[in-house]
Amino acid sequence: MTDIALTTAHSPSRNWGRIALRWLLFTLLGLFALFYLMPLFVMVTTSLKSLEEIRTGSLVAFPREVTFEAWRTAWSGACTGIQCEGLRPYFWNSVILAIPAVLISTILGALNGYVIAQWKFKGANLIFSLMLFGCFIPFQVVLLPMARTLGIMGIAGTIPGLIFVHVIYGIGFTTLFFRNYYVTIPQELVKAAKVDGAGFFRIFWSIFLPLSLPIIVVTVIWQFTQIWNDFLFGVSFSQAGTQPVTVALNNIVNSTTGVKEYNVDMAAAIIAALPTLLVYVVAGKYFIRGLTAGSVKG
Amino acid sequence: MAPILDIKNLYKNYGSVEILKDINVAIEPGDFLVLVGPSGCGKSTLLNCIAGLEPITSGSIGIGGRDMTEVSPKDRDIAMVFQSYALYPTMSVAKNITFGMKVRGVDAATQEKKLNEVAQQLQIEPLLQRRPGQLSGGQRQRVAMGRALVRDPKLFLFDEPLSNLDAKLRVEMRTEIKKLHHNLNATMVYVTHDQIEAMTLATKIVVLKGGIVQQIGSPAEIYNKPANLFVADFMGSPAMNLIPARAKANGSGTKIEIERAGAAPLVLTDTHAKDLPEDVILGLRPEDIAEAGFRAGEDVQEADCLIDMVEPAGADTYVVSQLGGKQVTARLHAETNARSGETLPLAFDLSKVSYFAPESGERLN
Repeated sequence: MTDIALTTAHSPSRNWGRIALRWLLFTLLGLFALFYLMPLFVMVTTSLKSLEEIRTGSLVAFPREVTFEAWRTAWSGACTGIQCEGLRPYFWNSVILAIPAVLISTILGALNGYVIAQWKFKGANLIFSLMLFGCFIPFQVVLLPMARTLGIMGIAGTIPGLIFVHVIYGIGFTTLFFRNYYVTIPQELVKAAKVDGAGFFRIFWSIFLPLSLPIIVVTVIWQFTQIWNDFLFGVSFSQAGTQPVTVALNNIVNSTTGVKEYNVDMAAAIIAALPTLLVYVVAGKYFIRGLTAGSVKG
Repeated sequence: MAPILDIKNLYKNYGSVEILKDINVAIEPGDFLVLVGPSGCGKSTLLNCIAGLEPITSGSIGIGGRDMTEVSPKDRDIAMVFQSYALYPTMSVAKNITFGMKVRGVDAATQEKKLNEVAQQLQIEPLLQRRPGQLSGGQRQRVAMGRALVRDPKLFLFDEPLSNLDAKLRVEMRTEIKKLHHNLNATMVYVTHDQIEAMTLATKIVVLKGGIVQQIGSPAEIYNKPANLFVADFMGSPAMNLIPARAKANGSGTKIEIERAGAAPLVLTDTHAKDLPEDVILGLRPEDIAEAGFRAGEDVQEADCLIDMVEPAGADTYVVSQLGGKQVTARLHAETNARSGETLPLAFDLSKVSYFAPESGERLN
């Protein structure tokens, strides 16, 4: 029996079939990858061309003459309405908006998840369900109440106001992530630490936080992407001067008069997308690992 | 001496469900108390209540002469070993053991000294810099014990500490815990569902079922004089034979009749038992039924029994016979000539007999 099985497994026709299948698979995957990369390719090449070349050349052609002029304009010279300072001030707005918002919402989510998963109290599940519900409320629904709230708090149109909005909106997701991660950690750990004399924050700091790297990475990537790419809150709750980069990008693209500077638009779009791209490249492998961490016991 | 652990009228409810009902237990310094019972009987909950990890509904818990009912776990002067060991995964073994001292603000020199003492005692010195994830089950068990030992507490609490180990290691660690208890002269409370663990380790056993204490006593008391049918059946392996019988007063003693299918009833005369109701359950351990001629004594009575099955177990041979509608196991010596399907005279040692009421299950003698 085994002899027959072995010979069929190594028969040349079966091997050819397998190799052909594999090539087919890789070719298909390659084609899909190219298809996905196409827009990026067009963006990068266009941003490196001069306006003249764009007008005369083909969309998918390589630039005949590489110029970074469009990038310089996009960064520091393009006009967003009446001001012509480029993306730079708005990019920094986004940075000082996203970093605190990501940190605060992650810390709050970690604490919430820790309480809900490990310090069970009456109504903990109800509160968790309500927070989950918060994840699924469409952005548009909260616009008006949020505007009122920000007005009453006196932070309407400011960057702290935007940070506040993003923290509130992010807590649902960050709590979900941390709760699902911490719920896999045996409750006896908290008990042992209690007997050892550690309190609520000591247990969190010394035992749970050191275990949390994978889920922290997931949460940070998720929150950073959400907050950096947000347009609706940015356009609704900011004023001239506090607008995030996404709003500025829109203004650059939509407020030009006369000839459309495609190269500047493309460069600006790439600049606006770079930070999220960077975060994925640096922490992407932790992201995948963190997403699956809940199911595998460390 | 004042009891070191004194539990009075303890009740514990989860919502409307009563988990523990009217628990009263007291132990002296140096005692090894084992809480034993089937799963879901509330034994681990009781241990958590003693540790202060679960609030109690009513009653009181005293440790070392102080009322600790409302005191938080860290101030109860206890140390606890958990079933899953609950080692802190990101800390080295040394940090795991010293974490409690660090939290309490013990100075570094004392920490170091105690760590080395305990590491030497448990022979885990080579493991001190490793993480729990790099240890085997037995090693983790030792580290968990080390974490308890450095505290030098009034009371050690063990929550099924051996149930995650394989059979061989379990027996080894059992001996080691017993040795530790002896060497430290420590007071320990130990939860297990394994009645053999309970018998070998305890100086005092509490048998629990459904949150109610069934019996408290020394291992010998529990084994020889079980308070009811549940304890009789739960403690001992193979279990005690529990045979339905009829009792009739006969002079100063009692005549016991046991029905047998297809044969005359088996009649035994107990010269000590008195005032038994007519229907009783007779309890005899397998080792108290021997082959005729191998057991002597004035309360030993012999009778021919049909053997259904012979099970050699190496050191002993167990034979099974049908009495009063029940399978009755007798423990014979290894070289017995018993054959299944043949009759064999068996000796019943009535000095060890227990009688139970069939309805309530309570002990009668």
